[in-house]
Amino acid sequence: MLDDKYKDRSLVIHIVLAVIIILFIGRLAQLQLYEDYTGIAEDNAFYRKPIYAPRGLIYDRNGKLLVYNQPTYDLMVTMKELRDLSKAGTPIDTLELCGLLGMTYQQFCDRMAYIKDRRKNYGYSQLTPQRFMTQLSPEDYAMLQEHLRKFPGFTIQNRTLRNYNYPCGAHVLGSIGEVSKRQIERDSYYRLGDYAGSDGLELTYEKELRGENGEEILLRDSRGRIQGRYKDGEQDRMPIAGMDITTTLDVDLQMIAEELLQGKIGSIVAIEPATGEILAMASNPTWNPSLLVGRLRSEYYPILQNDSTKPFLNRATGGLYSPGSTFKTLQALVCLEQGGITPSTKFSCSGPNTKPIKCTHHHGSPVSLEEAIQESCNPFFWLTYKTTLERDGYGEGNEKFKANYRRWREDILSFGLGFKWTDSDVFGLKDGAIYRAETYDKIYGKRGWKSLTIRSNSIGQGEVLVTPIQLANAAAVIANNGYYVTPHLNKSDSLLDNRHEANVSRKHYDVVQEGMWRVCEYGTARHYKLPNLAVCGKTGTTDNSHGKPHSIFFGYAPRENPKIAIAVVIENAGFGSQFACPIAMLCIEQYLYREITQEALFNRMKNLVLNSAVKTY
Amino acid sequence: MSRNFNVVQAIDKWAVFFYIVLVVFGWINIYGASVSEDQTSIFDMHYRSGMQFMWMGLSFGMALVILFTDSRLITAVPYLLYGLIVLLLIVTVFVAKDIKGSRSWLALGPFSIQPAEFSKFITALALAKLMSHPQFRLKSIQSYAIVCSMILLPMVIIVAQSETGSALVFLSFVFMLYREGLPGLIPALGFCAVVLFVVVIRFGGVALLGFEGSSTGLFIGLLISYIIALVFLRVYQSDRKHLMVLSVVPIGVFAVLLPLYKWVVRFNLVYVMMALCGGAIIYLLVLAFLKWRRTYLFIGLFLLGGFVYCFSAGYIFNSVLQPHQQKRIYVLLGMADDPTGIGYNTAQARIAIGSGGFWGKGFLQGTQTKLKYVPEQDTDFIFCTIGEEWGFVGSAMVLLVYLFFLYRLLFIAERQDNRLARIYGYCVVGIFAFHLFINVGMVIGLVPVIGIPLPFFSYGGSSFLSFTILLFLFLKLDTMRIERVRN
Repeated sequence: MLDDKYKDRSLVIHIVLAVIIILFIGRLAQLQLYEDYTGIAEDNAFYRKPIYAPRGLIYDRNGKLLVYNQPTYDLMVTMKELRDLSKAGTPIDTLELCGLLGMTYQQFCDRMAYIKDRRKNYGYSQLTPQRFMTQLSPEDYAMLQEHLRKFPGFTIQNRTLRNYNYPCGAHVLGSIGEVSKRQIERDSYYRLGDYAGSDGLELTYEKELRGENGEEILLRDSRGRIQGRYKDGEQDRMPIAGMDITTTLDVDLQMIAEELLQGKIGSIVAIEPATGEILAMASNPTWNPSLLVGRLRSEYYPILQNDSTKPFLNRATGGLYSPGSTFKTLQALVCLEQGGITPSTKFSCSGPNTKPIKCTHHHGSPVSLEEAIQESCNPFFWLTYKTTLERDGYGEGNEKFKANYRRWREDILSFGLGFKWTDSDVFGLKDGAIYRAETYDKIYGKRGWKSLTIRSNSIGQGEVLVTPIQLANAAAVIANNGYYVTPHLNKSDSLLDNRHEANVSRKHYDVVQEGMWRVCEYGTARHYKLPNLAVCGKTGTTDNSHGKPHSIFFGYAPRENPKIAIAVVIENAGFGSQFACPIAMLCIEQYLYREITQEALFNRMKNLVLNSAVKTY
Repeated sequence: MSRNFNVVQAIDKWAVFFYIVLVVFGWINIYGASVSEDQTSIFDMHYRSGMQFMWMGLSFGMALVILFTDSRLITAVPYLLYGLIVLLLIVTVFVAKDIKGSRSWLALGPFSIQPAEFSKFITALALAKLMSHPQFRLKSIQSYAIVCSMILLPMVIIVAQSETGSALVFLSFVFMLYREGLPGLIPALGFCAVVLFVVVIRFGGVALLGFEGSSTGLFIGLLISYIIALVFLRVYQSDRKHLMVLSVVPIGVFAVLLPLYKWVVRFNLVYVMMALCGGAIIYLLVLAFLKWRRTYLFIGLFLLGGFVYCFSAGYIFNSVLQPHQQKRIYVLLGMADDPTGIGYNTAQARIAIGSGGFWGKGFLQGTQTKLKYVPEQDTDFIFCTIGEEWGFVGSAMVLLVYLFFLYRLLFIAERQDNRLARIYGYCVVGIFAFHLFINVGMVIGLVPVIGIPLPFFSYGGSSFLSFTILLFLFLKLDTMRIERVRN
């Protein structure tokens, strides 16, 4: 028999083996059950190729297609594949590729360096396709497609770009651009290289228009090469197309409005009074929206940016102007409401010699409210303003006067002035200005200001500032006898609930409307009177520090059952009656009758160049 | 000798069963790891699974040859084979082509074989033959010298072939030597050496309690040596008085110094630990001289050895190990970030295994291995495929089947009535266990990256054939026991 002095040691060996196996199983449990490597593994092996959702289309109120999509192609490059090819001694023919793409070798190297620079291209991964050249046209794509197999590592990614049926509405419609790093951080939906609305309707309705991008899960190997689809596409997501949007715009009116603004700096806003729907919103200088799409964008963007006439500024929503005489209508309404005047109040006017504000028109004296509006009598409204604010005297520390000023301000604000609307879908709105009493306190001292100090407010000059869209909306309030629906661009019923009442009772509107009708019938606007149409309006001529006065008109038509409220501002043109008024009348005619009969007037206004610096893009 | 003895009946069925389970599952996973789109089937000879199938056939044939060989031949030829393989190994060093820095492959017509693989079972057989000699006792210095040289000779040549991994496999004979009487102290000391090494390297650069210039690794290393010395004193010496002295003094010293360190003055505690160790060494050596006891001398020398070893670990690390080996250890200890080199492999291996989860992704559904993220995925890193596609269930099962397989081999070894078969059996267990532990340990990140195959799983003809021969020689030796009983 064998000597078996060490038989016990077999047990020790058994234990050692078991302990190590248990240790290993414990480690496996840690790796496979406790720690989660699924995400890391998927990041490794999955290339989630986006399938871009078609962006929603944009229609005008009559169903005419304004904005649609056109296919475009991005050339992508996977760095790892290029590197592997170079290592294997079979690099691609860079010069041939440069030739196909129409770039120099230096440009090619610069682009490669840019892609690899994580500070500029912060999402860089050598395994993931990176954008080498964006927005190739279908023709370039077709040409490149034939040669692409010679350049492994380069692939094509399909995209869509915006295209426009009408060369108008650039400011309103807005455009799309590549998302910024901040946008990606704020909204996890976006991936590097996605397009999103950057202004206008495209931005306001970004969530609706963009839909939801789908993704195709592709398997890529450790060298970045695509090896097929994961589970035959079982887990791929199809894109969800973006929602189409029908806007409130009337594209025919928009076109006419933009044509009429050619060669001038100014804007036109037309609103359907009962609904607050914006029928047209034009601002000049402007550009053909197709110019900021695709590869033209990089060409035209700097040009537009550097244009001294600031085409990127949407003057309809963001231009601040003194409303001038157009403000007298609101002044009248508020002062009637507050009892400062009555419809039968008359004030005397001494024409150009009147103090402290002279009258620029010739008419009889004393004047009634209707006549004052018709003749745009400055002294009448100064006295109206003064009477209203001082009706309780000044009181201790001017407090009674200030209280009345505050009430006046509140009532003016109720016409939608002074603040940008928070319930509107219009992009780029500005506040405008109706000063607080506290602001005047700061400027003049607590007792340092009286109605005389702020007399310019009475005739819509001085500290009163409005935007053209606010002015059009104020016209809508008068047309509606005391309310407005916040102006908006999406023809969706839910926006009709944003109704706001002005602080002026129904009964006070008739006299002001009568005055505004007389303006168009017998007053400053009588020259461009449309046959068989009762238009209510008011011209304005506002002095400013930049040259000739701004020419302004606001109003609505028809007088009964109004269909369109409009505001026109032409910068540094001259009298309101000479420029803004005819332009407004042409727009009203176009909208109400869908044609323009005064062809000579139309051509004259269209071809009138008031500012030679304004270019047409 | 009777001719009617039926070897097929006599062979151990359980061992063969486990062998077949491992081989078939291994083959399926080679297919899983290497499958490509144009591959028609698992048998397609243009691909690795098909090649492995051919090697399997060849190995089964070889197994049958072994089983039907005259058993006397097997016990007669080991020394001859040993001589031949040593020669072949030497020749290989000079003849072999340089493949990725290793000179271990011999081209034989269309095949390449790795003599190092075959040297494992031949050395085992020769050792068994040597140590089963009736006069042989694993006691004297000479006997150890002969055994050690027999192991070291092929080992050194294989190191010269730059196949460090294969050379390390020879360390697995420690299993067998321990079973045959090697004092347990020696593997225990070896274990201590590894632990001390890891501690000193891992914490070498960490300042102790934030004191600049002090080394936590050195402190812990010395502390461990000191504690082991105390344990030896407790185990091997009955006189408790000196144990008391050597335990109470350091406790007292630290009880006084730690508050001082915390509130009064900061100093390098490593020096304190060095002083304590030095004091203990002198104390023990003086005791050995006064009492004339060898135990004190040995414990004193052990502590001295530990002391020197802790100080020289850094030196050994930097001067003995190759830079790539240092890097592997750094990566394993989490001290170096190397996401593109060696760290990439282990990180990808962990990702592949970890992403398998409980049930795994399913056969041929593994993305990490299919897409070649894991390097060497059908050879050294084959366990990743198992982990990814079969999950925790599959990979733990493989480990358990292996454990049962090794237990069965131990059972067979223990039932032998001759020492040759038992010694050879322990060598077999040692070789399989070493491969298993190093390979799987490397893949799951518990052992530095050492390139050795996982038996029956890793693709490779030489290793597969040699593992089969290794096993079936043992099973043949086992049948000889019954053969003898019959006679």
